[in-house]
Amino acid sequence: MSKVQIINGNETAAMGAKLCRVQVIAAYPITPQSKIPETLIKYVESGELEAEFIRVESEHSALTVCISASTVGARVFTATAANGLAYMHEQLHWAAGARLPIVMALANRGLGAPWTIFNDMQDSISQRDTGWMQVYCRDNQEIMDSIIMAYKICEQLHVPMMVCFDGFVLSHTVMPVEIPDQKQVDAFLPPYVPHLQVDGPDPININPVMLADPRANAQGVSCPSYMGFRMRLQETLESAGDVILNVGREFGEVFGRSYECLLWEYRTEGADTILLTMGSLANEASLAVDALREKGWKAGAVALRIFRPFPAATLRQALSDAKHVVIFDKNISYGNEGATCTETKAALFEGGLRPTITNYIVGLGGKSVAAADLEAATIKSVEQKGQVRTPQWIGVAV
Amino acid sequence: MTTKVMQLPEEEYMLPGTRACSGCGLSLAYRHILKALGEKTILTIPACCLTVLHGLYPSTSVRLTNINTAFATTAASATGIAAGLKALGKTDYTVVGIAGDGGTFDIGIQALSAAAERNTDFLYICYDNEGYMNTGTQRSSATPMGAFTTTTPGTKFEHKKDILAIMEAHGIPYMASASPAYPLDLYDKVVKAKNIQGTRFMHINIPCPPGWGYPTDDLVKLGKLAVDTAMWVLLEIENGVLRLTGRSRSMARSGKKKPVSQYLQLQGRFKHITPEQIDYLQDWTDKRWQRFLQRHELSGTA
Repeated sequence: MSKVQIINGNETAAMGAKLCRVQVIAAYPITPQSKIPETLIKYVESGELEAEFIRVESEHSALTVCISASTVGARVFTATAANGLAYMHEQLHWAAGARLPIVMALANRGLGAPWTIFNDMQDSISQRDTGWMQVYCRDNQEIMDSIIMAYKICEQLHVPMMVCFDGFVLSHTVMPVEIPDQKQVDAFLPPYVPHLQVDGPDPININPVMLADPRANAQGVSCPSYMGFRMRLQETLESAGDVILNVGREFGEVFGRSYECLLWEYRTEGADTILLTMGSLANEASLAVDALREKGWKAGAVALRIFRPFPAATLRQALSDAKHVVIFDKNISYGNEGATCTETKAALFEGGLRPTITNYIVGLGGKSVAAADLEAATIKSVEQKGQVRTPQWIGVAV
Repeated sequence: MTTKVMQLPEEEYMLPGTRACSGCGLSLAYRHILKALGEKTILTIPACCLTVLHGLYPSTSVRLTNINTAFATTAASATGIAAGLKALGKTDYTVVGIAGDGGTFDIGIQALSAAAERNTDFLYICYDNEGYMNTGTQRSSATPMGAFTTTTPGTKFEHKKDILAIMEAHGIPYMASASPAYPLDLYDKVVKAKNIQGTRFMHINIPCPPGWGYPTDDLVKLGKLAVDTAMWVLLEIENGVLRLTGRSRSMARSGKKKPVSQYLQLQGRFKHITPEQIDYLQDWTDKRWQRFLQRHELSGTA
């Protein structure tokens, strides 16, 4: 029987990992994620969770422990934020290149320097090219559900996934979360079967040096090149959307909450003005849409749930009737603009869609963003017919 | 009880046709290490000469499963393997991390120190060729004073880092240093280390023809001279007790030790060493040797 508990995002993530019966956990403390490993170690010490918990000396080692434990066949879990994720960067590439189904909880936080402990998405967006899938959560229930789905998706695709949620905004905010029944999770998520057998009859040299051209093995069979392996990772991610949708639908059938979607839409029917966000900011965007609708605007909101693989076709569909798209990014690719803005423009180009696009950089380092800010920014963008210089910064008094 | 040559396992885990350089000390050491480890072993290796020795995908010259890992991560990778196997109830494997001196003394020391502090159940082997030889002979903190490298084009001014002292400070159950010039001593130490629980650390001297500048057929000669001059010492430290082994133990008995200059003059890397630096190296070697002798005598096995 599922039950509802009032818990914060970090406790939710830990409980999600426990329900997935993770076998090896390695994590290093960093605000605002520390409660995740703290909660998990309590489960392990009390015997509620049968797992090896490795108290590593760094995030680099945390992910390395997960990589090697996953290679030998264990289901693994880690959690981090901000500079911790940046410190993992080398191993993020390694985990994806090694095709390991590692699931990571990420409490989104701004990067130093200068220091901030508060929320933005610069950390995970900076890792978008590592080959990891990225899902962004709007509330704590989505953290729980996304972690359970993540293992099922990752273990089918042999690709790792970050379950991203806003630091403090979700990690430290309690809200009611329906805790799935263990038996139902067990039925939904079968045990992990690795794609290599390290203890099989034949010894293997895993992730050795590869050349740019295919080479034959001892039996004369041509084996892929380095580039061939990279192409396979890309092909897998190109097909990942279907797996994500299937798992999301199946999750809904078992647990009553369907995730058969790559993005969330709110009041988009007949809308000509769309507010585009990710993560918990979707909640403020919905409120802004309500306010705009009351004023007679045909406004709607779209929130990207999956950022990698980028749901370009779905997004194009969602924006096909929009005359104005207002994009709010809690990140910036310095010297250009917010990452979701760039990606959205690229997605629209392919469909020949040309709405006005305005990009706002918001909420860096925990700067609060209210629904009224999003509403005002939208009005300004549309009234100026998208001629606003972008990216614009909201909430910075110069 | 020392194993005799004829008692070594016939099983070869390192096959002919490796990509190691000719006259490589690592090839000789590795062959005996793998014989000692045997089948139930999972190796993990960072980017280093050993990656090259293991060969290019899809073929390999080593008949044991190896998980390649990033440069800084050998000990963390071994930790993950050990944790994963334990979680799966596969407890009959020896987990072995093998890295060079760069991967141990420099970039990998953080993960190594952490694994040793946790007393992770694995064997860590540092094969020390005293520099970044795989990338073309750059200086590491294991490079001895007076040596030429491409990043110390004049000479190196600093002494080699004392990795044994650093590792001993972690209070791990077993440590040893060995040389491929004495393969039976090396073999016995690996067998012993294999059967001990917790973090075991081995430090192996690896003469390197391109990096050190010596004729490839002088590998064993050079390895022996390193021990005869006490530039390299064969020893074990078990639960805090240090004892000399093999040739180093006989030297302790006989009191005979060759001057370091005999070892230095055979190597191109010391071509431009100054007389003062030779004195410094001799002094450093003598003092270190004395410390080992004193501890060896206290061990009760002298």
